[in-house]
Amino acid sequence: MLEKLMNIDRRIIFIAIALSVIIPTLLPVNLPITGSEPTQKLYDYIDALPPGSTIMLAFDYGPSSLAEPAPMAEAVMKHCFDKGVRIIGVTLIVDAVTLADKLMQKVSEEKGAVYGKDYVLLGFRPGVTQVILGMGTEIAGVFESDYTGKPLSEIPMMANITNYDQIDLLLDLSAGSTVEIWITYANVKYGLQIAAGVTGVIVSQMYPYLQTGQLVGLMPGFLGAAEYEKLINAPAKGTEGINTESFAHLLIVGLVIMSNIAFFVHQRQSVGASSRSQREE
Amino acid sequence: MEVFGIWVAAFLTFCIYSFLYRDNPFYRFAEHLFIGLAVGYGIVITIHQGLIPLAWNPLWQAITGEGEASRWGLLNLIPICIGLLFFARLSRRHSWLIRYPLAILIGVGSGIAIPNVLQADIFAQTHGTLTPFSQIGRLSAFEIFGAILMVIGVICTLTYFFFSVEHQGAIAGISKIGIAFLMIGFGSAFGNTVMGRVALLIQRVDFLLNNWLGTLF
Repeated sequence: MLEKLMNIDRRIIFIAIALSVIIPTLLPVNLPITGSEPTQKLYDYIDALPPGSTIMLAFDYGPSSLAEPAPMAEAVMKHCFDKGVRIIGVTLIVDAVTLADKLMQKVSEEKGAVYGKDYVLLGFRPGVTQVILGMGTEIAGVFESDYTGKPLSEIPMMANITNYDQIDLLLDLSAGSTVEIWITYANVKYGLQIAAGVTGVIVSQMYPYLQTGQLVGLMPGFLGAAEYEKLINAPAKGTEGINTESFAHLLIVGLVIMSNIAFFVHQRQSVGASSRSQREE
Repeated sequence: MEVFGIWVAAFLTFCIYSFLYRDNPFYRFAEHLFIGLAVGYGIVITIHQGLIPLAWNPLWQAITGEGEASRWGLLNLIPICIGLLFFARLSRRHSWLIRYPLAILIGVGSGIAIPNVLQADIFAQTHGTLTPFSQIGRLSAFEIFGAILMVIGVICTLTYFFFSVEHQGAIAGISKIGIAFLMIGFGSAFGNTVMGRVALLIQRVDFLLNNWLGTLF
């Protein structure tokens, strides 16, 4: 039995993980979602902004990692449009720009937001550091036109926005190392307030910045998206995702415990067997 | 057309997941297609959103006198020419020219990065580690415990990476505590990585069950 468990075909584990995701997706269960402090801080910060304020949303994720940041972006955009907070979309990642465009259009249609008045998508410029530093001096110096090619001077929303001085918050929705870059250049050099919504893979790296106040808030993966959706009372993909994910987590925790028990029992049996054979010799 | 796109996406999703059984031509086809498309798409977007508005348009407007650009746009020729030196790598005879753009990139990059990185990752983090002690009278017992634990963790972990003295006696003991803190950190990172990877699977399963099967039933 123990031998079988130690040599289990990894494909059986893959099937078990697949089933732990497929079954809850087909038969949704609503598990309770408790809020965490990092998400609450972000929500409170945006909620306290007066109507007419401006936040910059950095869509720094690609198609291969959109599962977690996209629901976060959607929830934050809904909150902003409800509050009358204007959004400037931007990206440092080359393959994110069409994802950002599609998502902004979807949420704006749902909330009745108007392009050029309530939100604008600047798009992508190569350079990362140079883009961040350049916008600190003059946004129009880096983005002389928006994603569609319309000059910024013709967009009403951008009339009084020159640089970071007119931006109340930058929220980086990231699947890589861009949050650190925004902190290093936009926060340190220009004092721009920064928050992050990141994939689970990089969330551990973000907590030191949260503790020092370099991040005003943080949404960790699906959990962050689900918590934000709960705060704005609009459950969507984040809530669905975290409910399903909980079952996969239970299975993985069970497998880790089981394999550790099997490992230590097997090790003890091997040590016992070798000492017996030494005595017999 | 949208249904066709959904079927293509579903087929490619199955191709990628077929690797979980074993390596096969369908997986390799999808992998190569993804890489090729990503590179091609990246190049096109970079040309349209980077090269044309930042380099070509100002230069062309300076030459032709069209638009709002002035003759100063001709200055763009300097960074464009320096950038073009990267292609010198393609010629064995002229490959030494690549040293100039690389030297500028590294010099400018370091000059910009060093003071900001020091501030963001060293000074601010040290300040954040010690700040709770300046407010100790206002902290709860749990917060004081957390602040002390954080300082112990930082000192022990840094000691583990301090190789100028032999790790014996007290130093060895402190390093071992540092290893424990590192393991806790790695465990947290691993748990969060699992969360992130499962999230990707959930998104694909959601797509297959709701979008793809939705086109059938």
